[in-house]
Amino acid sequence: MYACIHAPGNLPLLLECARGFSPHIEEISPDTIVFDVRGLASLYGPPPQLAREIDRRIGLSANIAIAANPDAAIHAARGFPGITVIQPGRESAALAPLPINLLQGSPDTAEILDLWGIRTFGDFAKLPPLGVAARLGEEGVCLQSLARGEGNRQLRPIEDPLQFEEAVELEYPVDLLEPLSFILARLLNEVCRRLGARALATNEIRLRLTLENAPEHFTILRLPVPMLDPAAFLKMLQLDLSGNPPAAPVLKAELTAEPVKPRRTQHGLFVSMSPEPEKLELTIARIRHFTGPDKTGAAELIDTHRPDSFVMRPFSPGTASQTQTHSNPRLALRRFRPPKYAQVILANDRPARINSPSISGAVVTAKGPWRTSGDWWTQDPWNRDEWDIETSAGGLYRLYQELDSRRWFLEGSYD
Amino acid sequence: MTALAQLREIAPGFQKREDSGKLSTGIPAIDQLSSGGIARGALTEICGPPSSGRTSLLFALLSHATRQGECCAWIDAAGTFDPHSAAEAGADLDRVLWVNCNGNTEHALKAVDLLTQGGGFGMVVLDIADAAERDIRRISLASWFRLRHAAERTGAALIVLETSVTARSCSTLQLAMKRKRPIWTGKLLCGIHVEAESRKHYRSQSADFTAVCI
Repeated sequence: MYACIHAPGNLPLLLECARGFSPHIEEISPDTIVFDVRGLASLYGPPPQLAREIDRRIGLSANIAIAANPDAAIHAARGFPGITVIQPGRESAALAPLPINLLQGSPDTAEILDLWGIRTFGDFAKLPPLGVAARLGEEGVCLQSLARGEGNRQLRPIEDPLQFEEAVELEYPVDLLEPLSFILARLLNEVCRRLGARALATNEIRLRLTLENAPEHFTILRLPVPMLDPAAFLKMLQLDLSGNPPAAPVLKAELTAEPVKPRRTQHGLFVSMSPEPEKLELTIARIRHFTGPDKTGAAELIDTHRPDSFVMRPFSPGTASQTQTHSNPRLALRRFRPPKYAQVILANDRPARINSPSISGAVVTAKGPWRTSGDWWTQDPWNRDEWDIETSAGGLYRLYQELDSRRWFLEGSYD
Repeated sequence: MTALAQLREIAPGFQKREDSGKLSTGIPAIDQLSSGGIARGALTEICGPPSSGRTSLLFALLSHATRQGECCAWIDAAGTFDPHSAAEAGADLDRVLWVNCNGNTEHALKAVDLLTQGGGFGMVVLDIADAAERDIRRISLASWFRLRHAAERTGAALIVLETSVTARSCSTLQLAMKRKRPIWTGKLLCGIHVEAESRKHYRSQSADFTAVCI
């Protein structure tokens, strides 16, 4: 069975009402939609009750028709006022009184039918099919089939643009995070509900806050894995907003979620445990709240010889990669960030004594220099001599001298 | 009735700690010293003065753990973690969550608490070797107990890298590192000979290994 709603004007309202009954909705014209209501009898009862329920929900004056095929329902809704229910098999009789212009054939066909004196669906349905085919061709046959209520086509459902946006304009400005959290929770719940209804998740949430007498405030949550947990999103937004609060009271909040397919993984029985990504993301957000945004993640080395060059990227452990194994452990460097400035006394062009705020003493052994330089073609070149030194206190350090400024620095300690 | 049985009767929750397995360091001498490796679900302290090979040992462990597919976390109180050294040691940096607390020991403790309680990590390292002495002294024994219980519950190997023993009775194993001598060749440092001493065994034992440069 198919239901058709015909009401002038408010197409979004018609679509919203139809979505409450079926995901398969075809938009016929700006004032008419038809949708599939098969299988709804167990929920709403027989077709007359279903039609009354549609009428109750739509809340405005509309023609509603239910029929066994979409075209019969459309013609009935356009032609009969109020609620019309056509029992299966009785389409031809039910549609017979409708005026022929509802068939919406081509102007030539309409003119011929007018010349023949055909005024209603019933008049047209009574004509012999072979004669109609001979005189009006394929179009005539199709129109006569519609006039008899024999249409048997499939619906062409409209596809909603996948935009998951929610917005709320506030009656008065909100200047505290707690009341704003309630508003964000509502928006997140609604967006997540809509995503969940389409079996989707999100990997990016954008929040735009319109402020009172201040530029807009933007926040973007980028997630390493698709998630659909409004509570976790709310906590992340709260942490973000408490660390980077809006500059003025909030007048309007708009939330957009990027729809993606949810994460589906099958873990092996013998694979090492790893943190649950959704939970881990929230934990990392909590840690970032006090360490700062670029201080937590996985380090990625950059393909350059410049010392201490790496970028911090979001931690998202994939499958274990095969790294090189060594028979002996490698000597590690503990890097001072930033390098510690040091005063160095030379003897025979080699460091003999070092003085820095935390490390000072005689240099027992000094090996070097190891000259490195690079990026001389950029604005930020480096050019230095490196020394490995052992102090009288027993520490092993990497010391270097910037050749341009002739200043000495401790880069780190070997450990 | 033995004392242990009496204790179990008084405190039903008191049970012998289950052995949750060991994480091999990849250094046979250290594995032998620690009876198979660093214990999971327990707190281990690796201590020693600067340049005593503590970080080299942990990078070897990090390399071995990440190669086995473990996710590891390195909570770096002073911000001295060197990803280049870790990568040269063979660690898979994609599986290492680095938390750089930039000199704030309190933040490091918060982070290690969150990560250990959250579970899922095979190894969690708290590096307070370069943290300020007064900050380390401020860490209460209750905090260490809390961390130890979290590690027991989640099965993570919680390792503290430090200058001197801090967690005291909360740690299952204490490895005291000592540099024996550096190895110099040509123009630069080539490596160091290191001695590790296990302090929590009935009779302290020691083992030697060498950490080398590339």
